[in-house]
Amino acid sequence: MDFRLGPKSDAFRAEVRAFLDEHLDEETIERAHQTGTMHSREFHRAIGRQGWLAATWPAEYGGQERDPFEMTALRDELRLAGAPTDGMGLSVIVCQTIRRVATEEQKADFLPRALAGEICMSLGYSEPDSGSDVASIKTTATRDGDEWVINGQKMFTTLAHVADYVFLLARTNHDVPKHKGLTMFLVPLDSPGIEIHPVHTVGGERTNATFYTDVRVSDHFRIGDVDRGWDVMTVALTFERGGFGLSEADRVWEQAVAWAKETRRPDGSRVIDDPFVRERLATMRTNNEVARLLAYRTSFVAATGGLPGVEGSMHKLFYAESMTSDAAELVDMLGAEGVVQRGEDGAPVDGWVEHLFRHAAVTTIYGGTSEMQRSIIAERGLGLPRSGR
Amino acid sequence: MDLNLTDEQHEVVSAVRAFLTDHCPPDVVRASEPGGFDPDLWRAFCELAGPTIGVSEKLGGGGASLLDLELVCEQVGSFLAPVPFIDGAVAARLLASSGSSGAAGLDLLIAEPSAVGTVALRPAVDGTATLVPSGSVAGVVVAMDADELVVVTGDGDGPAPSNLGSSPVADRAIRVPGRTVLGTGDMARAAHGQAIDEWRTLMSGALVGLGEAALAIGVEYAKNRHQFGAPIGSFQSIARDLADAATLVDGARLLAREAAWAQTDDDEQFAPLASMAFLFATRAARRASNVALHVHGGYGFTLEYDIQLYYRRAEAWPLALGDPRQGAAHLADALFGPIEAP
Repeated sequence: MDFRLGPKSDAFRAEVRAFLDEHLDEETIERAHQTGTMHSREFHRAIGRQGWLAATWPAEYGGQERDPFEMTALRDELRLAGAPTDGMGLSVIVCQTIRRVATEEQKADFLPRALAGEICMSLGYSEPDSGSDVASIKTTATRDGDEWVINGQKMFTTLAHVADYVFLLARTNHDVPKHKGLTMFLVPLDSPGIEIHPVHTVGGERTNATFYTDVRVSDHFRIGDVDRGWDVMTVALTFERGGFGLSEADRVWEQAVAWAKETRRPDGSRVIDDPFVRERLATMRTNNEVARLLAYRTSFVAATGGLPGVEGSMHKLFYAESMTSDAAELVDMLGAEGVVQRGEDGAPVDGWVEHLFRHAAVTTIYGGTSEMQRSIIAERGLGLPRSGR
Repeated sequence: MDLNLTDEQHEVVSAVRAFLTDHCPPDVVRASEPGGFDPDLWRAFCELAGPTIGVSEKLGGGGASLLDLELVCEQVGSFLAPVPFIDGAVAARLLASSGSSGAAGLDLLIAEPSAVGTVALRPAVDGTATLVPSGSVAGVVVAMDADELVVVTGDGDGPAPSNLGSSPVADRAIRVPGRTVLGTGDMARAAHGQAIDEWRTLMSGALVGLGEAALAIGVEYAKNRHQFGAPIGSFQSIARDLADAATLVDGARLLAREAAWAQTDDDEQFAPLASMAFLFATRAARRASNVALHVHGGYGFTLEYDIQLYYRRAEAWPLALGDPRQGAAHLADALFGPIEAP
């Protein structure tokens, strides 16, 4: 066994750090947190120019053929730097799907621009009445000659207000079981008939509700076969899980430890010498290590030719749940001052602990809720009988 | 990165697993209670993998790494095998690291493979090491006595007191004639500390095996037990707890193996990783055995069902080293440095 990511990954990590020193400034990070839009057009383009949106891709697509451990290093460094990467994550999911299911003409149209960071994608699966039960969506696409007419509403269309396309799942057939009547489209967000309304969240991130009224797109924007949208989405979901390394919990833990070492209580004692503080930080460090190992195992399974389904679910479940409970412990640890927010005088740890507490809740929900992950682990991992939901 | 075992490690694990499947079914575990030691099983086990396999070949051992030992411990824990492998392996390696002063004790363990060695994890008080793991059956005991690391040989004073885990723990007198001083002062404390970290790592492996086996029993029961016309494993509140426990056990296994690997490949991280592995494996084994017992309903509370064997040991085994929250404090010292004097 060897628990190091390896020299190739280490070398790439150094490259990423140097890139971030040059291309990511405090202002970009601060603007993302102020606006709640975890995306910067300039930074996204810089990442694209660097070839890192296609870092794992084969050379025929202009990719760099990097392995999962190099990707872990890339994601780790972006995460530790606090870089706004929502656009990167969403675009890569869509591009990976297009590469696998789209026509050559579609690939030629979308992939070069997307991988260069010139355009950005958002996801349109969820609806007001369809969350985990995605297949129950009501948004429709109706064929009209060579065009499709889309009507309906999507929820949590994160980045729709700055992205160029929405990867939209719509119902195209009402006469078949719900999973079999869905089709995927890549809808230009500047199409007439689209309205985008902001939705603000506990974590400070901005997302959107998007409305579609007689939105017309040509058949060129249909991705995958008609009525096979569920299969297309399943391909995309494979790329939404796994492949992670460090998380926000690692960054905030480092910041909290540094703060606790340099901060003194009124009686002159260092915060880090308080036994309650030490126990909490030591426990969180242990959880972070486990989360990292579960992430690395996911990469390892992928790197050795496997599909890390259950492993990815275990990582997602553990990192989200432990980050949520550890963030609450850290806020408690800061006491009355723990509630003071970023930007205010006297906000301990620059308010990052309070922010982590608010942000962590969404990690147990997006990308498949903790409940969905547990079902996958129970049924596919442990072989328990399928539940009645 | 490579999370696969080597072919050789696979072979060792398979051999130990096959041996314990044949020789250590739950009946054998039950028969070993309350003393927690099966001399016949131990003798046979030592022919396969005695505790000196973790000593270098130069000194007459088997040259196994701490990771190799950890993998064996996962199997020992999985079968709740009443054999003092962890304590013996840690004692042998501590004696081997003590130079010529440890030679006599080590030679004894090598000459008689089923001789039992152990290390008192907590310092002796007034010349007595209390509740020493395997203390009721060990012929070689290494202990810290004030400023000195010492080894004593000879039989103990009697059987283990009746205890939650049916473990062979017992007090041992350390200030006895013929004892050998292995080291003094900081050097001795460092050697003893290293041995405790190795014990933490190997016990983590055993707890991972325990948790994995307990979980498997719970899962099997949940698949077969029907209520309300359906297998209870199809109920989400049952499946949820089992899925959480499975995730903890997988995480604990990775962390225990990482700690063991670090002992040879990432020396600076070994001490904190050993503490983390032990804390997390304790949590995982306890959660898994608790969930698995609970899934059995009332039957889980009866002595007739095997899950109680796991539940009691998951609580008891880690306590040989004391309060787990003290363990978190110890980890904090490794991560943040000692608490500053006011």
